[in-house]
Order: sequence, then C-alpha cells, then structure tokens
Amino acid sequence: MKTTSFGEWVLYGGICAYLLTLLVMPSQLWLGFTINALIVAILSVAWNLLGGFGGQMSFGHAALFGTGAYVTAMLQVRWGINPWLAAVAAIVAATAVAGFIAALSFRYGLRGSYFALVTLAFAEVLRILASSFEISGGGQGILVPYKAGLANFQFADRSTTYALVLFLVVVAMLITLAVQRSRFGAYLIAIRENEEAAKALGIDTFRTKVLAMMLSGAIGGAAGVAYLQTYLFIDAPIAFGSTMSIEALLGPIIGGAGTVWGPLVGTLIIHGLGETAKHLVSGAPGLNLVLYGVVLMVILRYLPDGIVGLARRIGPRRAAPTAMPEDR
Amino acid sequence: MLSVSNVTKRFGGLVAVSDASLKVDQGRIVALIGPNGAGKTTLFAIIGGFVTPDSGRIQFEGRDITGMPPHAICRLGLTRTFQIVQPFAGLTVRENIAIGAHLRHRGRAEALERAAIVGEQVGMGPLLDQPAQSLTVAGRKRLELARALATEAKLLLLDEVMAGLIPSEITEIVATIRKIRDSGVTILLIEHVMQAVMSLSEEAYVLNQGRMIAHGTPAQLVADPTVIEAYLGHGAAERLKQESDNA
Repeated sequence: MKTTSFGEWVLYGGICAYLLTLLVMPSQLWLGFTINALIVAILSVAWNLLGGFGGQMSFGHAALFGTGAYVTAMLQVRWGINPWLAAVAAIVAATAVAGFIAALSFRYGLRGSYFALVTLAFAEVLRILASSFEISGGGQGILVPYKAGLANFQFADRSTTYALVLFLVVVAMLITLAVQRSRFGAYLIAIRENEEAAKALGIDTFRTKVLAMMLSGAIGGAAGVAYLQTYLFIDAPIAFGSTMSIEALLGPIIGGAGTVWGPLVGTLIIHGLGETAKHLVSGAPGLNLVLYGVVLMVILRYLPDGIVGLARRIGPRRAAPTAMPEDR
Repeated sequence: MLSVSNVTKRFGGLVAVSDASLKVDQGRIVALIGPNGAGKTTLFAIIGGFVTPDSGRIQFEGRDITGMPPHAICRLGLTRTFQIVQPFAGLTVRENIAIGAHLRHRGRAEALERAAIVGEQVGMGPLLDQPAQSLTVAGRKRLELARALATEAKLLLLDEVMAGLIPSEITEIVATIRKIRDSGVTILLIEHVMQAVMSLSEEAYVLNQGRMIAHGTPAQLVADPTVIEAYLGHGAAERLKQESDNA
C-alpha cells in the first residue's frame, strides 16, 4: 500500500481546513463560490471514475449532470412529485442514460477520441431536445418555485446547502475510495493500462466499463440534483452545454486523474483561479476559460499526474519511482 | 484437453490459417513452430477467443469454446500470453500479477498476496515493487508468464516467451516453464528458439502458410524433409542430404 506523503498531508489538510472553516464560520462571499465549485467537484468525481480509473475519456458528462437536473425539475414542477423522490428518480434516470450511452459505445468497441465524440454528441442531442419541448421548458428552462423547507429539499440558509453539497462530495469520494480498493477498481485500471491484456486475464471489459459509466452516471446525476436544488433553475445550455462537460474533466486532469482527491483538488484550484481572475480583471468575461486552458496545458506538459502527483513527490515518505538498476 | 479441429481463418484474400488441427493432452508441453508469418499467433488468437474462426471447432476439456469471448475462455482455465508483451505499464509488477490473480480471488489483499507467491515462483521476487515499465525485455516476458499463471489456468498458451532473450535468460525461463508444467499446468507454446523447443517439449506441430504440415517429436521434426523445406525453401532437404553424404 502506498503511504501518504508529506506533500499530500499538507494539500489535503489545507483543503479540509478551508472546507471545515467555512462550515463553522460561514461567509456569504466564500459560500457562494465554494458551493458552486463543490457541485462541479461531484461531477468531476463522477468523471474520474470512468475517465481517471478506467481511461475512458468522456467529453459529454453534462449529459448525466443535465439528466439529473432536468428530471428532478420536471418531476417537481410538472407533476408535483416530492423533491426527495424526484431526486432519487433523477439519479436512477442519469444512471440509465449513462448505461445506455456506455452500452451503445462500448458494444461497438469505441475508444479514445471516438468515445469522447460520441459522449459529446449525446450531450448535444439532449441539449437540443431539452430546449425544443414544452415539457422541459423549451428555451426558457425550468424555474422551481421557492418554498424553503426540509420537505421541499430547499434551504433558506446557504450554510445548510453548503453542508449538503459537502456531504455529497464526501460520499462521492468515499465511493471512489471503495472502488480504488476493490477488484472492480483494479479491473478498471487494468482496462485503462491495456485493454487486450485485461481481456486475456479474464476481465469482462465491456461489463466493467458499462458498470463504471453507470456508477459515474449516478454520481453525475446527483451533481445535477444538487445544482437544481441550490439554484432552483435549469436551462439547456447550463445542463447539457459543453462548459459543464469541460469542467467535469478539467478538475480530475488538473488535480490528478485516477486518484481519490484529484477531482476535488483540481476543481477547487481552477475555480479559485477563475474567480481571482474575474476580480482582478473585471469586464473580460470568459477570461476564466482562457485561464483554464493555460493551466491545463501547463499541467499536461509538466505534471501529467496532476497536483496530487506533485504532492506525492514532496516529502520523505515516498521516494519518486527510480529506474531499475539493471535498466541503466 | 484442447482440441482444435479444421480451423480456417481468412483476412480478406489472405488465408492466415487453413484447415489446421491440433491436440494437446493434459500435463504435456506441446510446441507450435513454423516460419514467420505461418499463422501461429493467429491460431493462438483464435484459441484464446480474440479472433473468431471462419470455420472449424475448438474444444477445451470437452466443451465447445468456439466463438466464446476471451474473458469467458480465461475463466474456464485457458490463458494466453502475448508475443508483443502487454504489461499494465503504470502498475508495479505485483499489481500486474494481482490483476491475473483477481480472476479467482475477489479480495484485493488476497490477490496481492497471491501475486507475490506467483512472482516468487517465476523468479520475480526482488522485482515485485518495480513499475512494470522499468523492466527489461526478459523481465517483461516473465511478467507476461506470471500474470497468466496467476489466473490459475489449466492450460497456458505461451506466445514466444523466449524471443529476444540472451542464452542464460533462456535457460532460466526454460527451467521456470518446466516447473510450471510439473505443478500440473498443461502448456502449448509458440517458439522460434529451437534449443528450447527441443529441450522442453515432448511433441510439436509445424505450421506453414496456415497449414499444419507435420506433427511429431521435435527430434523427428528436425529431420523431416517437409519441415526443412518449409524453413529453408524448396529442394533444401535434398541439398542438405547430399552435402552430409559427401562429407
């Protein structure tokens, strides 16, 4: 088992300290920013299960996020179903959508950029469908009436929302941890590293990938539910637009794909940077996206293991892997 | 244990394997030899379920496995290695072998423990915590073997596990393979290193241009004119015989 390095302790400790401080001493300014980042982090954790561990890079995770958000919204507003029940139904729906996309893509052996393109296409199709029909609110989107209360899954107090979102992030990360320590996780990594070899060693790669995508769908759907219950509004560009898909993969890649902490670390860092840039240079909308791009390029070039990979190399606990003596 | 009957596989106009049959009895080491491009690896891919044959049947322990997916065949106890080594590059040797061990051991700790045992068995004990990508060619070949062995296969298909090794490494791996067989695993291997084929196998098949041209003990085969011609060209057997007569 790998031990936790000094750098990791500092990194994770710092993040926990920040998140817990906010829980104890709420500040409206920081809460708004952090809630938003954490919702994206949930989706990033979802992406990381399939993309980080399984190596199947989805470019359309908005499809899962959007399904979660839309199904909750529609069930509540159109049919008056209890928001908690609607949330469960939304997670089931997102899992089903994920299973459908995965089964279709992997059945025909799509990998790499082909899989990425197909997932992107699914998100786009859903975006167009959502903005075309009356029942999904068309171009206006769906506004959920504000009725604060536990029964309605709405909270007047931002700190309560924050606590809920934080709880979801923790659950999602615990799921990742459980996957990492299981045979299922080992199989996913094997598929990422070499799919042919995985098949030869008795791994049902199709089933493993579809299951991973469905688990990813459930968590991604939960992110959508959390978004809707926080902002009480959803429309097609937010739910299914490529911004959400890109944010889903930026976090894990910058933070460290295939790690438990990577998605949270990455998402907090890029959101922090984006927010800072917005305040420093006002009146340049979209600047944060430019910044994300630059950060992504720097990370891919110099830190392919992401921030978590960097933290692992800091400190005496775990030396960087050295080449074998007989190799040099 | 394994019986391949009249298997044919075409890739477009090219007949890679044509009406090939072979049988492997339990507890033996059987070699499949033949010149480059004879279709040996294709035949392995067919047996392992990676390629579906156009016609013919493959039976493993009396069960028809033709057309079954690789993972299902592996679960029955038939595992192959790859000629071009396919390590899980980012993982350590131990983690690599554990993936194979997971087939019969669900728990992570249990699989890692099994991996260490199998690693020792093939002589990779000191390398267990090395990343697979830092291994030498000999190490990678051994890793292929270890991973396949960890699935607790009854029949191992070894595709050129000795290619690219130096003589001392070959001697080592020959001993390892013999040890594996003595532990009760049947082995079918593709090999170009004739020294190894001669010393390891009791029985060999020769594939040439997709056809099974000969079958016998290695000693019989190296004297067989059709086999010599397959390797050295038409009339070679005749010339060799004349030369040895003149000498």
